[in-house]
Formats: sequence, C-alpha cells, structure tokens
Amino acid sequence: MPNLEHPAYPAADLLHLESLVPCRESQVSMLLSIFGERQQFSFPSIFIYGHTSSGKTYVMQTLLTTLQLPHVFVNCMEYFTSRLLLEEILIQLQSSSSDTEQTCPVHCDTLNDFVRLFKQAVASRELQDQTLYIVLDRAEQLREMEANILPAFLRLQELTDRNVTVILLSEIVWELFRPNVGCFEPFTMYFPDYSIGHLQKILSQNHPPEYSADFYSAYINILLGVFYMVCRDLKELRHLAALNFAKYCEPVVRGEANERDTRKLWKNIEPHLKKAMQTVYLREISSSQWECLQHDGGEPGQLKGLSAHTHVELPYYSKFLLIAAYLASYNPVRTDKRFFLKHHGKIRKTNFMKKHEKTSNHLLGPKPFPLDRLLAILYSIVDNRVAPTANIFSQITSLVTLQLLSMVGQNDQLDGPRYKCTVSLDFIRAIAR
Amino acid sequence: QQIQEDLNKQLLDNLVSFLSRSHSAFQEKTTEWTCRMKFREIPTAALVLGVNVTDHDLTFRGLSDVLQDNITPYIALLEAKDCPGIKNLMQKLMGQLMNCDIDVDSLEDEDCVQVSQNRIRCSMSSLISWYESLTKKTDSETPSKKRNSSSRHWQSPPVVVIFKDMESFTTKVLQDFIIISSQHIHELPLVLIFGIATSPMIIHRLLPHSVSSLLCIELFQSLSCKEHLSTIIDKLLLTSRFPFKLGEKVLQVLINIFLYHDFSVQNFIKGFQLCIVEHFYSQPLSVLCCQPVDVKKRVYSLSHDQCENIRRLSSFRRYVEKQESGKQIALLTSDSFLKEETEKLLEDLHVYHENYVSILRCLHVFTSSLPKYPLGKQIRELHCACLENRVWETEEYESSLQLARMLNKTDLVTMLQQCVEILMSSSGKEFDKTVEKLKEFLTQFQNLEAEASQERDVSVSSQKELQKKTDLYHLQKTLLELKESRRSKKLTKFEMLRFEVVDYIDSLVRKYLVPADDRTLHEIVYFNAATVLRGHLNAAPRTALHTALNNPHWYLKNQALKCDGGGISNKAPDICIVYKLHLECGRLINLVDWLEAFATVVMAAEEPNADAASSDQVDDIIHARFIRAVSELELLGFIKPSKQKTDHVARLTWGGC
Repeated sequence: MPNLEHPAYPAADLLHLESLVPCRESQVSMLLSIFGERQQFSFPSIFIYGHTSSGKTYVMQTLLTTLQLPHVFVNCMEYFTSRLLLEEILIQLQSSSSDTEQTCPVHCDTLNDFVRLFKQAVASRELQDQTLYIVLDRAEQLREMEANILPAFLRLQELTDRNVTVILLSEIVWELFRPNVGCFEPFTMYFPDYSIGHLQKILSQNHPPEYSADFYSAYINILLGVFYMVCRDLKELRHLAALNFAKYCEPVVRGEANERDTRKLWKNIEPHLKKAMQTVYLREISSSQWECLQHDGGEPGQLKGLSAHTHVELPYYSKFLLIAAYLASYNPVRTDKRFFLKHHGKIRKTNFMKKHEKTSNHLLGPKPFPLDRLLAILYSIVDNRVAPTANIFSQITSLVTLQLLSMVGQNDQLDGPRYKCTVSLDFIRAIAR
Repeated sequence: QQIQEDLNKQLLDNLVSFLSRSHSAFQEKTTEWTCRMKFREIPTAALVLGVNVTDHDLTFRGLSDVLQDNITPYIALLEAKDCPGIKNLMQKLMGQLMNCDIDVDSLEDEDCVQVSQNRIRCSMSSLISWYESLTKKTDSETPSKKRNSSSRHWQSPPVVVIFKDMESFTTKVLQDFIIISSQHIHELPLVLIFGIATSPMIIHRLLPHSVSSLLCIELFQSLSCKEHLSTIIDKLLLTSRFPFKLGEKVLQVLINIFLYHDFSVQNFIKGFQLCIVEHFYSQPLSVLCCQPVDVKKRVYSLSHDQCENIRRLSSFRRYVEKQESGKQIALLTSDSFLKEETEKLLEDLHVYHENYVSILRCLHVFTSSLPKYPLGKQIRELHCACLENRVWETEEYESSLQLARMLNKTDLVTMLQQCVEILMSSSGKEFDKTVEKLKEFLTQFQNLEAEASQERDVSVSSQKELQKKTDLYHLQKTLLELKESRRSKKLTKFEMLRFEVVDYIDSLVRKYLVPADDRTLHEIVYFNAATVLRGHLNAAPRTALHTALNNPHWYLKNQALKCDGGGISNKAPDICIVYKLHLECGRLINLVDWLEAFATVVMAAEEPNADAASSDQVDDIIHARFIRAVSELELLGFIKPSKQKTDHVARLTWGGC
C-alpha cells in the first residue's frame, strides 16, 4: 500500500486526502508527483480516462480542493458551445480571485480573445508563481466543438505563457481524440475499474450512524452478491443500497433478530433484492414507488412497470394503414400481385421460396416503399370501400410523428414520398388481433 | 346564434373540468416529489395520452393552467420542432421561464430584465442564479405579499418542464438535457413531464440506461379518448338542457370519423359545432330551437311566411292529417291557432326528450350487462339504434329481451335499483308512477327472498322426516315430490316476477323510446343532413381533382363541356385533355407521343377540314399550349421529370398499377 508522500505538502493534508480517496492511492501519488511543487511548471496537459464511475471526477476534485491548489472545474457537457465554455472558465477565474469586485459580464467568442482575457485574469490573481489547473470534465464533448479548441487546450501553457495545466477527463481512450492534423500529445493516465473488494470497501465506508459498520458491511456484502453480476456502477450501487437498507433493517427494528444474525437477515432480504433487480434497477418502476411499496409491504404485481403498458390504441383505419405499411416494408414488390390480387395462380411453386425470403427479409430490416403502394395494399386489405379522403392522408403523417412510420428521403415530399415502417412484428401482431 | 355561443362555452367548460379531474391525481403526486430528492434523480412524470395528437395541445394547456394555479408559476412547454439542438432547447426554456416570471412579478424591474434578455447566457448556471435570486426575493419581500404568494405556492416552487411530444425529440438533445439538469438538481428543483403518445416503452428506446437511471419516472395514464368521447356525448346529447339535437345519421357520421380516423375529441366537437351552424343556417324554422323558456315569445313573433314553413313540414302534415276536419282547417288557415298548437307541440317535444333520456339510460342499464351486447356496449350505440327506428321492432331488441328474461336475481335487483336512481334524479314528472312500480318490484323480490328462506326451512324439515323413514319406496317417492315441488313452485314465482319486470320495461320502452322522426315538428331541433356534413368533413382532394380534370363540366357548369363517356372532347381546357391522355399511359410517358396525341385531339376541332399536310409539323401555338398544360400538371404533382430517360416524364399517381 503506497502511502502518499510529497515534500511540498503537509503530511496532515495528505493523510486526510488518503482517507477521502480509498482505493485510488496509486493514482493520486502519481498525479502528485506529476504536479510537483506549487510553483513548479507541470505537464501542459494531462489526459485521464477510465470507465463510468471509476472516480475520475471525484479524485480530481478532492485532490485539488484538499490541497487548495488553484483550479477551475468545468463540465463540457453543460457548456455545450465553445463560447459558453470559454466564458465559464473566465467567470470562474474572476470570481475566485476577487469576490468583492463586481464581475462584469465577459464576452469571449474566439480562442484569441480567450488567451488575452486569460492572461489578464491570471495577472489580476497574482498567481504567476503557482500552477493553475483547468479541469475539463466529459472532454469527449470537445471533439464536437470547433476544430481548434482541443489542440489549443492541449498546449495552453505554451500559448498563454503562464503556469497552467489542463486536465481532460473522459470515458474514452485518447486514440479517439487525436485530430488528424496532429497535435500536442498529453500525458495519458488510466483509472482502472474498481474491483469487487474495492466496491465493498467504498460502499461500507459511509454507513448510517445508527448502525454499526460491521452490520452495514455485511449488508453491502449481500447486496454486491446479488447485483455485482449486472451492475458495477458505483453510483447505481450506492443508490440501490440506500433504497433497500430499510427493508434489511426491518427484522432488527422489530426485534426478531439482532445485528449479528446475518443468516436470518440474508433470508429476509435476498428475494427482495432479486425483485429489486428486475424492477427498480431497470427503472421499470420509479424508486419512490418502490419505497412506497416497501412501506405497504404490497406485491409489486399491483404496480405495472413501464413496459407493461405496451398496448397502443389506434383508430380503425390507422391500424390498417400500419399493417399495410408493414406488409409493404417487409414483402418484396413482386409478391404484391400474388398476395393481394384475387386471380394470382401459381402459389405452390413458390411456397418453399417464400419461407426462405421471409426470414431474410426480417433480418434485412424494413425497406422503403412509395405512398401509392401503401394505399394500394390498404385498399386490398380493408373489406369495405375506403374513400381516399384527406383524413387518410393526415393519418399517415400523424403516424410519422408518432414514429411508427418514418419518412425516407426528405428531398421530394410532394412528388413520391417514400416511407418505412419502424415497428416490430410483435407490435403488428398485437394490432392485427 | 347566442345559443350557439353558449354551447361552445359549455363545451370548453366541460372539457376543462374533465381535464382537471383527470389530472388531479397527478398534482398530488407532484407535491410529494419535491420533498424527496435525496438521490440525484429528476422526478419525472410520463403522461401517456393516446394517439389523438390533435387533442394534446388542449390537454397541455389545461395542465399548465392547473399547475400554474396550484403549484408553481414556473412552467415551460417545449415542443420537439422548436428544439433541434440542445442550444435551442435551453434558449426556449430560459425564454419561457423568464417570461412567466415577468408576468407573475410586478413590473418594477421590467427594464433591467428587458436589457438582459437580449444577451442572456443560455446556460444552466444562469438559470440557477436566476432561480436563486427569485427565491431570495420572495423571502425578503414584504410580509403581506409573501403571505399572498405562499398561499398559492410554496417557498421554493419546482420548475416544471413539459416535453409535449416525447417521440419527436432527438435522442441526443434529451440525453444531454437530462444529464445537465441532473447535475444541478440540488440547486434547481426540476420536474420533467413527458408527453407520450404511443407507449411508455419509448422512454427505454430513446434513453440509454445510464441516462434513464437519472430519472425517477412515474407513469400516468390519461383517460382513453373513447371514454372521453362517451362523457362528451353523455353531457351534450343525452340531456334535455340543450334544445339542439343530432339526427341518427349525422351522429353516425361523426362517430365513424372519430373511430375510424383520428380518435380526436377536438375534431368531434368541431364537427358538432359545424352541425349547429349548418342547422341554424339552412333551416328557417331553427329560430324555434331554443330554451323552453323562450319558446312562447318566439312562437308569437313568427311571421306569416314562417307559419307557412311550419305547414310545409312533413311531420306537421302528418299530424294535421290525423286531426278531425274542423281542426285541420283551423290549423291550415289561422295563424294564431297554428301558433298555439305549435307551442303545445314543442312543449310535448321537450317533455319527450326528458323522458327519452332517462328511459334510455334505464334500458342501457339492462342491455349493457347482457352477454354479447346485442344492443351495443356503449350508450351511444343504443342511442343511435333508438333514433334510427322503432327499437322494439329490431331483432337485437328481441334477443336482448330474451336474455334479460334469463338474468339471475341479484343482477336484476341491482339493475332495478339503478333504474330507480336514474328515474329519481331525472326531472320528468311522469315518472312517479314508474318509480313506484319499480319499487314495488323490488319489495316483491325481497318478499320472494323471505319466502324462499321459509321454504328452505320447510324442505329441511321434510328432509328430517326423510331421514326417519327407511323404506326405499317411500324415500324415492318423497324425493320425487320434493324435486317436483321445487321446480314448479319456487322457480315459477321468481320467473313470473322476472317476466313481469321485463314486460314492464318493454312497455316503458315502447312508450317513451319512440324514434324522433315520428314526433311532430322534429325538424326544428334535429339536424339530419348527413350528406352535407360528410361532404364538409371528409375532404377528398384526390377525388375532387380527378373530377375536375376528368369532367370539367362538374365545376365549370358549361354546357359545351358536357361530354358523354369515353371520348376526349376538344373543347375542354388544355390541361383536361393532357390529363385524360396521360391516364392512358404507363409509368413513363414519352413526351413526343403525348404531344402528338394532344395535337390530334386539338386539331380535330380547330381545323376539321384542314389537309393532313399541315398536321405533319405541329403548330408552335399548340406546342406552347401543350408545354403549359404539362407544366401545370407537374405543378399539381401528377408527373415529374424522370432521370431514367431524357424525353420522358414519370407518372406519380397510380403509375405502377
């Protein structure tokens, strides 16, 4: 177990930091050694990647705040245009430097402005001797902004000629970032996933105050046993743990078992957790509903999940339109005559062929078809006569807005629109009943 | 016309009250949510609304009004077409929220808001700072104002964002928005509402698990539109409050449009309004279609012409023929006598409606529980059947009576009780006797029950006797006797009573559910022009175009254009000739052939005796006319230039067939 040691920072702070970031000691010490002392120039840019909830953001934030390093923390997802992003960085810089001075609204449209304003801001803070850290969370969004943003951030130290380090946090590897014109290569660092032991340790750390740590960690153990197979997301697991803990404590509260009676508690909670895996985890029912259910002790059968309501009520002709669209999408044009005309003849010959075609057609996905074909099939499958009224046409467009059909090729809406049927066979079966 | 306005208002009132009812449950939930935000989940309501997209607008407007009154002033309605990207979405959201803020707050800080509105930084942080400043302001406000506001809203009202059409939003926009807002849920109490038209499965299809795990979704199902329709019909048609009625065929047309085409209550109401307008416009006697209070005044103000109009009504003529000769003459000659008579008849009609509705409901109670629903499950079907002709002459009615004669006792008793309730609540005066009669039936049933229990006692005692006897022959005999007595005595009593009840109901039906066509002066209040309505509501653009081009006489009313069948007349407009010629072609049309055919048709008229030599080379004028006609057809969307062959055009309508 590598203990955190660094000459530049007081030992007490480091100890505190270590207690805050369990299972990430090696990464933190690595970062510290890169950062060096406060006034030393560091790497111009660092790229940190790792899977969802492997503690990238959390580690960076705690590291920078506990050691009181000057920093700016920005989420690229939230500031979705380059202008917003740059302005946000400047605003954070200004506000942290001077809270008494009224900050005037900054306008920063280009990187050139940014570099200029950035220099001013740093000068006003009198931070020349310390490294300023700019952390960009969800850095994969940077790729969708202007082409010059990412390379510029990577060599911001050089451009501004100030002591600044840009740290990019992302869930994807650096290879997917690299622009094809080439750029400055950042120092890349990988945060591995937490193992089951790590998860156990982290989850048991924040146990509720009224119960002992051992009791809670036993609970976490059971929880992980059920959920580890499907979910390794720390946030999600913590959420589930909080949701189901009340149920786990129930026998203890009622006095039927004491805290040591793990086996009895396990028997009590296990089916409950399994149920939770099928419902809450998939968000079939919401967590508040789940809590209500726990209080009432009712069966979850009363509460229908989201996917239980699959039935869609459609008007009479819309049903037929949808069925016709499905037929038109999945049957080849040349079979139309055979299927929908009264005098078609030769069926026996192609019987074998048809089966073969059908499977392949379903694998190939829906094909586009023109409007006229749809109407022709509609007329042949509806028993009584249908007038081609405006109602029918408007129904087609309303089906498109409902995303049951989709328009293919927007270029010629007037002459020959083509549609695709986007619903599945099961859905059509349910309708056709 | 005022009546019509009244009606419209009534309609809207009905709808709004209906909506508020359907969403009341929903509001309660919202209040609970804001308390529980400990996990970083955004409370979300998934509102399943059904496929009648046209109604949604009204629903959402009602919903936002209700929310605004009861819960929060901060509501943003977002539509997919306004939000192609996350930037537009945020802009729209901020704009709506800040605007509604101005409406609620006093106008004192309007100028500063207006300045800032030009250059709002559209980001979540500015939204949060706006929200914080707002809540702070309400805290520091004067106590009187604070009390005022807190009585309606709470201290920190949630911000409600409504996504009107969830299906049409692009996945990325929604995902981004949810992720962003989930990071600020602690500072900004946000509540999302998704309007879903199809099925809630769409949420899973649109959002990946990592995003949907940030939401705390609860599902709310709004009433299905069919139920909505039945309540509307119940409230509008099956009351005696509104003098205006729909005839059977018209109602059938409206319901068919609803069921077959769009499921849109909105359109149904519009159709109903159209009926009202059409009725008052086309029927000169519709002045008399008004509330019963006004009838007297209006009848006396009738002019001579209008009296003549009354005399011309077919139902009135039938009525006159039935009277004795002296009265006939009086009716046909004296206007004042006619007016008195008319007033009486109209009153009769009103009373008839009152009775009709309540008896219809009673009959519905009976028929709706029968197996296979021979008279229809919904009251509207029964209503149509009754309007159409004498309902007791139909086969369905016969079979339903047959089935009613086989009902068991508990069902029958509950039905009778329901009927009594309906009749008691109705305003008709003639029902006192009926109610008494029905109550009598009920007591008889109770007596029957008592008797039955007595009889059971008897049978028990006889069984005791039976146990005493050991003789096989006697045993058999007593058993047979018991069986016999059971079958004949007990069942017949109940059965007789049942027959009596059903016959009584039958008599009620025969008395009160006379179709409206048989009533005198029904033309005044019933609108029956179904064909007109169908023409107005079922637009058929393709058919109209086809008739216009194929048979120009239909629209132009020019005798010269009238042609008989197959031939192509040369007097028709150029476009018609071109259209008819193009009907004979396949998918791809050769322009040269087409031109030649066109030229021959036109030449046949213009130079009937010109020699063939000139037709060799097509005239420039004809050429120009042809090109113009073809380009007109292209404009109408019948053809388009094809890329496959240069001198060909492709047919767009029925080309392949």
